[in-house]
Amino acid sequence: MDSSWLPTLLALAWLTPLASFVFILFFGKHAGPHGRFAGTVATGAIVFSCVLSFVAMFGAWLPNNELPEAHHGDHAAGGDHDEHAEDGEHADEADHETFIRPAASPFLLASSGGDRGTISLVADTAEGEGDSAEHHIAPNGKPPAVYGVFYNLVTFGKLKLDISYYIDALTVTMFCVVTLIASCVHFYAIGYMHDELHEPYTDHEVTLTDGTHLVRKGRFYRFFQYLSLFCFSMLGIVIAGNLAMAFVFWELVGICSYFLIGFYIERHSASTAANKAFIVNRVGDFGMLIGMMALWSSLGTFAFGDTQNDQGEVTEPGMFSVLRTEENHYALAPTESMEVEGARVVGEGEEGESSHAGQWLLLIAGVGVFCGCVGKSAQFPLHVWLPDAMEGPTPVSALVHSATMVAAGVYLTGRVYPIFTPEALLVIAVIGCITLFVAATIAITALDIKRVLAYSTVSQLGYMMLALGIGGWSAGIFHLITHACFKGLLFMCSGSVIHAVHTNDMSYMGGLRKKMPITAYTMLVGCLAIIGAGIPTSMYGLSGYYSKDAIIEQAWSFAGANRGNPLLSILLIAPVIGAAITAFYMFRLWYMTFAGEPRDHHRYDHAHESPRVMTMPLVVLAVCAIAIGWSVPGTNLSITSLLEQAQPVGTTPGAEGVLAENLVVPAEQLSHVKAVKIPAGWAAFSAAAFGVLLATIIYLWRMLNPAEIRDSFKPLYAFLWNKWYFDELYDLIFVKPTHWISGLIAKFDRGIIDGIIHGTAATAKAAASIVSNVGDRTLVDGTVNAFANRTWDFGLMLRRLQTGSLRTYVLAIAMGTWITYMLVSFIMVARGTG
Amino acid sequence: MHHFMLANLLTEPVGVAHYMAVGAVLFVCGVLCMALKRNALGVLMGIELVLNGANLNFIAFGSRFLRGEGQGLGLDGPLMALFVIVLAAAEAAVALAIVLNFYNNYDSVDIDRADQLQG
Repeated sequence: MDSSWLPTLLALAWLTPLASFVFILFFGKHAGPHGRFAGTVATGAIVFSCVLSFVAMFGAWLPNNELPEAHHGDHAAGGDHDEHAEDGEHADEADHETFIRPAASPFLLASSGGDRGTISLVADTAEGEGDSAEHHIAPNGKPPAVYGVFYNLVTFGKLKLDISYYIDALTVTMFCVVTLIASCVHFYAIGYMHDELHEPYTDHEVTLTDGTHLVRKGRFYRFFQYLSLFCFSMLGIVIAGNLAMAFVFWELVGICSYFLIGFYIERHSASTAANKAFIVNRVGDFGMLIGMMALWSSLGTFAFGDTQNDQGEVTEPGMFSVLRTEENHYALAPTESMEVEGARVVGEGEEGESSHAGQWLLLIAGVGVFCGCVGKSAQFPLHVWLPDAMEGPTPVSALVHSATMVAAGVYLTGRVYPIFTPEALLVIAVIGCITLFVAATIAITALDIKRVLAYSTVSQLGYMMLALGIGGWSAGIFHLITHACFKGLLFMCSGSVIHAVHTNDMSYMGGLRKKMPITAYTMLVGCLAIIGAGIPTSMYGLSGYYSKDAIIEQAWSFAGANRGNPLLSILLIAPVIGAAITAFYMFRLWYMTFAGEPRDHHRYDHAHESPRVMTMPLVVLAVCAIAIGWSVPGTNLSITSLLEQAQPVGTTPGAEGVLAENLVVPAEQLSHVKAVKIPAGWAAFSAAAFGVLLATIIYLWRMLNPAEIRDSFKPLYAFLWNKWYFDELYDLIFVKPTHWISGLIAKFDRGIIDGIIHGTAATAKAAASIVSNVGDRTLVDGTVNAFANRTWDFGLMLRRLQTGSLRTYVLAIAMGTWITYMLVSFIMVARGTG
Repeated sequence: MHHFMLANLLTEPVGVAHYMAVGAVLFVCGVLCMALKRNALGVLMGIELVLNGANLNFIAFGSRFLRGEGQGLGLDGPLMALFVIVLAAAEAAVALAIVLNFYNNYDSVDIDRADQLQG
């Protein structure tokens, strides 16, 4: 299939869920008994999207775009690549040795490789320090991508708002992952939401004032309606060809999550959680708008890709091409317009000194866009909404936590990666690092099974952001994809458990392994995947092994490159400790739920394995969680090779800070050298093993009593149990002052403004009453009444003439006639006419 | 000269003025009869006198001999008189019916008792 089919296929895959949404919106209620058919329609739509995505991947993308042969194929100056073909991920380090020259040689000649970067580089003109090897890696050119416009919405002067597409390997991969996981979630939801088909549905968590439970109509169809819209919005972000369009779908994802988290709208906790998610996301989106404004005002375009005319010449370059020009060897440099705009914003520098205005503006833009990602991907200051989002039905949690909502933030950070300056990347890394550590520690003490998983998600998102921030682009995105699989799996397993025991509290569980073996063992697979189980320094392991090790290797490499700044080594220590904590809380969860003796026999006796429609997606996702990191046997096709193909323009060689002069972002391929890979691999492995061991000692062998540990670390436990007091802190810093200020303003409103208005009204009323009494009632009414009274009296007087006596009348007529005659006669005589 | 007209009537030959004088006497008698009689039938008779007093004037003014003119048929005066007679007949019929009904209700034809039209 020609690659011109790509936009068509992906657009179809993108719009099918929208069609399903529209169908269910209008006909869902009447589709089958209680809307049962709506589930089938939505599931059919997303499965169709999934099929189309895979057709696009295998039919249109791969045949037309050759995969790089090794991790960084452009630079592979030689060596045997057969092993790569088989191993895919963690290929033999010896290979990398061959294409990274020793630091003594200042030049590296890149082999020419298709349309990928063909620029050879680069004299190390700066200080010839030992660890400047990354300077010699040739920057990659533009990754193969298809860019075009579906429809031009509107053009305001320079500002063009398009429905456009930007399709590279990352887009196609994300399409496959999102639709695959969403399909599993849809199937699972058909089973999980079965209760909603009952008419009427009784919500046992809502107690009405009269003590009974809420009884309402089932909302099965509506759930699938929202799911379809959610998938459509997420795919919209993935296919978006410009930042403005991505922002539109970004907000759509936000509103869908609002609908779904608040699905049980009658539950107070659910509606509060939905509001919280929405409001916290708005905070992030505000930053994103600032970033977008900074980009647009200085670059004049939102497009990711270049617009070409029929001759293949670039007529309108996209943001990436503007910021990383070919003449500049794809290195990030603020444009002239950016310098001007930046000088306007941050001010001119001192005489004779460069103000780095453009760099500052780029930093503002990068951090601004990242703010949106902080909100969406629940990073440190704005992470509070994600654990509360547990109030939604579990399939939503699975979808939100794996493939859609939170993935959107990481995806967008990865998508706009070329615009991030090293300083912006440092911000990302620090935020990610804080997030991963904070969330991991909170997860230790949580007892709600979904809450543990939620904090684990926050922590893993921190890993992804950290990886992106320290230069590990493909490590971060790779972890996004593997995490999507195993976190979707873990959530659906927890949903299966909740479905069986009707509680989220792990202290009522235990021993469920025997009752629900499929759930238990698929969840074990998920736990092993998330802790990165694998044989250290080998190429055998579960999916998380590859991605997490890649992140820790990159962190190792980053810490090595920034040896001069020991503070930055926290960015290495935190993820390693985080790996241990991850292993601890995941196995704590598994042991508390599935191992040991049942703690609540009543719930245990009623527990049962979930129906097949729920367990089959678990098995599918478990297979993905094991194998998604592997390459297809006999080829070099794997997620990592696809991601390498999509490596953002010019980011291969890493970068050096301009504003922060000592900052070095090392090239990603440097993390694959033996000197980094082996210690990092062992560190990650031993950390995880330590965590698992500790969990096993405490929760399986019961050599230590958790309650005693809790008592001996009481203050720490309370600190973690209260989630580092973030909610209380925000309550104190933002909510309380807002309420206080609102109270003041309300008092001002009621006391002063209302007082003025009431005073004015009273004055007007008094004046009106004077006018009314004196003017209207006395004068006007008096005159009118006097007229009426005189008329009345006159009438009464005339009435007496009507005697009713015929004779009087006759006499009156006769006398009247006579008198008239006499009068006329006298007048005629007097006038002399008679 | 007006105040001498009545005296001249006795000396002059019979003309319009004489008819008018008779008509006026009849009219005044009728009016007095209407105004002074309490008996409803008396009042009706007074009406007849009034109408016929007026009729005399029509006849007198309508006659060509009396006017001394030769042209035309000279029937306009008598025609009006005929109308008045027909009208008087109709009126008498209606009035008698009223009087009969009044009598049925009050056992009397005293028009002073018919005072329900008073204001």
